[in-house]
Amino acid sequence: MEELSLHILDIVQNSVAAKAELIEVEIVEDIEADTLTITITDNGCGMSEEMVKKVVDPFTTGRKTRRVGLGIPLFKLAAELTGGDFEIESELGKGTRILARFGHSHIDRQPLGDIASTMHQLIVMNENTDFLYVHKVNGNEFKLDTREVKEILGGVSLAEYEVMVWLLEYLKENEDSLYKTVGKE
Amino acid sequence: MKSLAELQEIRNRTIGNLTMRKEEDDAVRVVVGMATCGIAAGARPVMSAFVEEIAKRNLANVTVAQTGCIGVCRLEPIVEVTLPGQDKVTYVKMSPEKVARVVAEHIVNKQVVTEYTIGAAE
Ligand SMILES: Nc1ncnc2c1ncn2[C@@H]1O[C@H](COP(=O)(O)OP(=O)(O)OP(=O)(O)O)[C@@H](O)[C@H]1O
Ligand SMILES: [Mg+2]
Repeated sequence: MEELSLHILDIVQNSVAAKAELIEVEIVEDIEADTLTITITDNGCGMSEEMVKKVVDPFTTGRKTRRVGLGIPLFKLAAELTGGDFEIESELGKGTRILARFGHSHIDRQPLGDIASTMHQLIVMNENTDFLYVHKVNGNEFKLDTREVKEILGGVSLAEYEVMVWLLEYLKENEDSLYKTVGKE
Repeated sequence: MKSLAELQEIRNRTIGNLTMRKEEDDAVRVVVGMATCGIAAGARPVMSAFVEEIAKRNLANVTVAQTGCIGVCRLEPIVEVTLPGQDKVTYVKMSPEKVARVVAEHIVNKQVVTEYTIGAAE
């Protein structure tokens, strides 16, 4: 993956597949602590302890069972390559929480990339799932709660052209301004 | 700066002329593979391009959906297009530029873009 936002897209697809009703995506950039932390929390079907072990390290299972994907191991590896760490907690019937912490200034840290398009696509393509998106850069914060958006829309679809365009612009502008004001403090 | 108040205005404007869409017999179905392999190969901009082209042309009978791994990772991004009453056509190694052609030629003019199909790639 070339961008952290592509990892996010991939990991959130798992939450969608797990039939989550609410998916929280939080990105916290703390320049002073030199960390970038991504946390994805869902209330989907969850996994057993055994399953969690298997998905984190798909090559430890000697048996050839079903093909296990690479999304989670790749995300973990990306964090670890930057001196960061990775946590996964899951409970059957409750949900899953995945955290990846990256060294912010580490040479091997991939750029966050186009997170606005990523969140846009997730939100528009999964209209029946709610998203709480939070991005913090030092003291600045951008928060988008699709429950709030849907309440305003009152039945008008997110896939309506005007709504879709508005949402993408809204995400882009807010993402840009997170960084613009950083220098000023 | 875009605001939630602006969304409210869009909503009020849109609610009057809602187009009935989807789930009809004449529906065209577009499915983009969005598993790890697809995303790594560039499925995100391909998906964006479909959504944009279809919205721009106001093709109300087209649904765009995503699916997991379609099974041929080396040919990702993979897109399946199904016209009503026809067999599904599988396009491989897609890009946003190719999407514009598939929408114009296949979805609008009903001519399969043969050179982008899985048959031409293999
Ligand atoms: N949030 C989640 N909730 C429930 N199960 C999950 C979740 N995330 C992952 N899983 C389980 O772990 C498996 C492995 O996930 P991973 O993303 O690594 O690969 P995958 O989705 O199977 O395939 P791909 O490589 O195409 O992403 C999933 O198939 C799913 O069974
Ligand atoms: Mg996956």
